[in-house]
Amino acid sequence: MNLRALLNALTGRQDSKDVARERLRMVLVHDRATVSPEFLEKIKEEMISVISKYMEIDERHTVINLHHTDGTAVLEANLAIKSIRRAP
Amino acid sequence: MGEVLVITSGKGGVGKTTTVANLGTGLAIEGKKVALIDADIGLRNLDVVMGLENRIVYDLVDVVEGRCRLKQALIRDKRFENLYLLPAAQTRDKNAVSPDQMKKLCEELKEEFDFVLVDCPAGIEQGFRNAIAGADRALIVTTPEVSAVRDADRIIGLLEAAELSNPRLIINRIRPEMVRRGDMMDIDDILEILAIELLGIIPDDERIIVSTNRGEPVVSAINGSMSAQAYRNISKRLLGQEVPMLNIYKNRTLLGKIKKIIGFGG
Repeated sequence: MNLRALLNALTGRQDSKDVARERLRMVLVHDRATVSPEFLEKIKEEMISVISKYMEIDERHTVINLHHTDGTAVLEANLAIKSIRRAP
Repeated sequence: MGEVLVITSGKGGVGKTTTVANLGTGLAIEGKKVALIDADIGLRNLDVVMGLENRIVYDLVDVVEGRCRLKQALIRDKRFENLYLLPAAQTRDKNAVSPDQMKKLCEELKEEFDFVLVDCPAGIEQGFRNAIAGADRALIVTTPEVSAVRDADRIIGLLEAAELSNPRLIINRIRPEMVRRGDMMDIDDILEILAIELLGIIPDDERIIVSTNRGEPVVSAINGSMSAQAYRNISKRLLGQEVPMLNIYKNRTLLGKIKKIIGFGG
């Protein structure tokens, strides 16, 4: 850490480029996560096909959503399990 | 068989047209046969940046609508005889050309030229879709600003959706002294965010404005400036040559060196 970075840390000051980078990061999380329902449906289908190898999924009670909170995006998946397959 | 490169950015005013003019001239200096297409229909500008505005007889739309042959519309550069411009129509709108027509035009030009550079209009609407239709590769121009990088990110997504993957990035108008002060995003900051391959960096340079005033791309200046060198380097990289990135932080004074040590300068 150089003197400048140390001073910034002590005074709580931030270089404007760091502010720019952080704002950009947040805005892009949001931009990139703006997905179409078809896209989400595709994710859902693929998730089900992977998990179906291990568990029997009730597709009617499976919901996938994308949420935004504080600059981060969360993919929430609720999969209802009918039964768990026996381990081979 | 040549290659069609589209130069795009999303945001306006980041230097697409200047980049097309300079890379086209740079490739011509390297001995390649180059055609530049101004796809910004209704807002043509590449002609004035190239200093060819007084030679226009026919334009892109005339070619597409069959009022002239392609060869009649191509304007030869003032100084480089292997460099040609196909100007945009000024009195038509972006719907005057379709993606299929653009594709056909690019195919035809590829037969005769080593490189075809397409100057894409700003935005993500029809004009953008037309401009990228015939391209083999895309170059994205951005500047170290939040708005320009954000738009570049959007364009990368749209290019991928159009199956033009692996675009390469040109970061324009870097001001080394502002980067040193911590007041401008650095190359690494931008690359980390966009996660695409860097093709080159161009420092902010007054000479660009002077050369645009004269209608002579800066890259062809005899005693070249930093920006001229930057465009030369990028032209060479387009030809597959390995050229190290331009060191825009050179010419450091003793005071600058001391500042770097204590951390008040990059």
